[in-house]
Amino acid sequence: MAEFRVEHSNWSSRIGTAIVLVALVALAAAPWWADRADLRLLSEIYAYVALASLWNVLAGYAGLVSVGQQAYVGLGAYLLFGLASLAGVNPLAAIPISAAAAAIVSVPVAALMFRLRGHYFAIGTWVMAEVFRLLAAQTSALGGGSGTSLPVSVVLSIASSRQMREFVLYWVALAQVAVILLGIVWLLRSRYGLALTAIRDNELGARSNGINVARIKFVVYVAVAFGTAMVGALIFLQKIRISPDTAFSVNDWTAFVIFITVIGGIGRIEGPIIGTVVFFVLRQTLADLGAIYLLILGVVAIAVMLKAPKGIWGLIADRFGWQVFPLERRLVIGKR
Amino acid sequence: MAGLVPAIHVFLVAKAWMPATSAGMTNERLRSDVEWLNTILQGILLGGLYAMFAAGLSLIFGVMRLVNIAHGDLIVLAAYVALVATETLGIGPLTSLLIVVPVMAAIGYALQRALLNRTLGDDLLPPLLVTFGLSVIIQNGLLELFTADSVKLNAGAVETASVSLGGGLAVGVLPVIQFVLAIAVIWGLQWLFYRTALGRAFRATSDDPAVAQLMGLNNAHVFALAMALSLAIVAVAGVLLAVRANFDPSIGPARLIFGFEAVIIGGLGSMWGTLVGGIIIGVAQTIGAQLDPGWNLLAGHIAFLIVLAIRPQGLFPKVN
Repeated sequence: MAEFRVEHSNWSSRIGTAIVLVALVALAAAPWWADRADLRLLSEIYAYVALASLWNVLAGYAGLVSVGQQAYVGLGAYLLFGLASLAGVNPLAAIPISAAAAAIVSVPVAALMFRLRGHYFAIGTWVMAEVFRLLAAQTSALGGGSGTSLPVSVVLSIASSRQMREFVLYWVALAQVAVILLGIVWLLRSRYGLALTAIRDNELGARSNGINVARIKFVVYVAVAFGTAMVGALIFLQKIRISPDTAFSVNDWTAFVIFITVIGGIGRIEGPIIGTVVFFVLRQTLADLGAIYLLILGVVAIAVMLKAPKGIWGLIADRFGWQVFPLERRLVIGKR
Repeated sequence: MAGLVPAIHVFLVAKAWMPATSAGMTNERLRSDVEWLNTILQGILLGGLYAMFAAGLSLIFGVMRLVNIAHGDLIVLAAYVALVATETLGIGPLTSLLIVVPVMAAIGYALQRALLNRTLGDDLLPPLLVTFGLSVIIQNGLLELFTADSVKLNAGAVETASVSLGGGLAVGVLPVIQFVLAIAVIWGLQWLFYRTALGRAFRATSDDPAVAQLMGLNNAHVFALAMALSLAIVAVAGVLLAVRANFDPSIGPARLIFGFEAVIIGGLGSMWGTLVGGIIIGVAQTIGAQLDPGWNLLAGHIAFLIVLAIRPQGLFPKVN
């Protein structure tokens, strides 16, 4: 009987993984070669890579097109502020606790939202985010509608010197995005990943092959809520200030994230990373244009959706067969 | 009216929660009862506006399964078109409908032919993303042209005119016009759908676009007509919104959400259902506002979530 095994990597993913690892080491050393502004920019880039990668799993793979993920960014952030400034929890420890609490909240939300099909699910998630925003505005312990800042004692508990504080938060942000990307690679290589890819390509076909589509979608929704809340908690820990309008901003945490994913390439793990790079290059060059910048971003996203629905990475991958992460499944007959 | 039953129920529940400030004094109680009746009446009339937000949304979903995320921003765009028309021509807001309605309908037709028809298909993503992008484009385009300052259309004396219903109850003339227009729009849509050749074409493409095309219908044209009609309703809603309250480029998404909630509460495919849905949202909001100004919008959303939890198919579902 012939032996067979499944191979995930090919020559391009070996090169890609090596590049990613080298980049990771170089970025981890950034406090030694970058200045304060660069560190802030890099942290922001990590946050967007993480948010877009999570949205990509949700919409690109599980077919759950949510325009309400700002609900979890804001929820994670508000939970962190509550835990750190009202309950006295160490702010770094509060990040995973906030994420776990947000994931618990997402369970009944999912049960309710999954009653809405397709398009209506999208707007339903937006309603939910609005409800969260309005509830946050009613929470007077955290400043109500005008928001609040973290007390000095909480900020000092991260690290006593300002420089060390910025380094610590930078490393946490880098570790966070690395863990999220690693988690997604792991998920996609598991049998759940196979099921998710099947759902992405043909939901009906996936169902007829015995995949419990509803259950997988539910698990993905809750897991993505966890990750999104974790990213949101860290974003606002770095900002130190929070308000309902910034924490639950549909532009910042959903519109940009969707545009990044679509431009980079939806339904591929590399897409959000490429998209984030494009987004920040555009932002640094067009920052002076104000509202026009957003308008251009919208036009670019529509053009990509209509002309190249697989995005930039989709074009590259189709043309050259590249993959950065070892995700493909190739059946190899014979012993190693 | 079926919408009144849950509305009155909500009212009674809400009243039970109220601190009994005037307990004991019958006269004061009577006055507060009138106050509550007034609140509900305002909510019902406001519901007419929300039903109009919902009707356009429901129409295009029914014909081509498209959910237009830019719907709310198009309402705001219509409000700005009306602003420009009234300021440059010196006409009143209601007269400006003669310009705003055809302009918006033309925009709708062009938008559908040039852009949205290309997004239709089995995949959910393209229409959602394209209309989402459109929403961002309209919002920021308006921001660039008109700044973030809030503005309002001035309708003159009719704005403050009200009719007394006796017993301390009074309704504004403008909200009544708004409500009557909503009923007219919904009745008109119903008539158009079931009594005209165009309505037959809408229903045919909705049921089976491929067969409709075989029977000689040009689907691209039929869809564009549906979008034109949807934006004609948006135009009416936009003008009413602009007369009713201050507006600025950022308020579109909230209008989309109110309309969407009305559609889901009413039940997909039911035009009169959207009116009931709109009324429920409107009444919930005015009651919420009466209890605590911060609860205005929240109460409307909660009413929606309750309906979604106990009757996800809506009150009067027509399609499954």
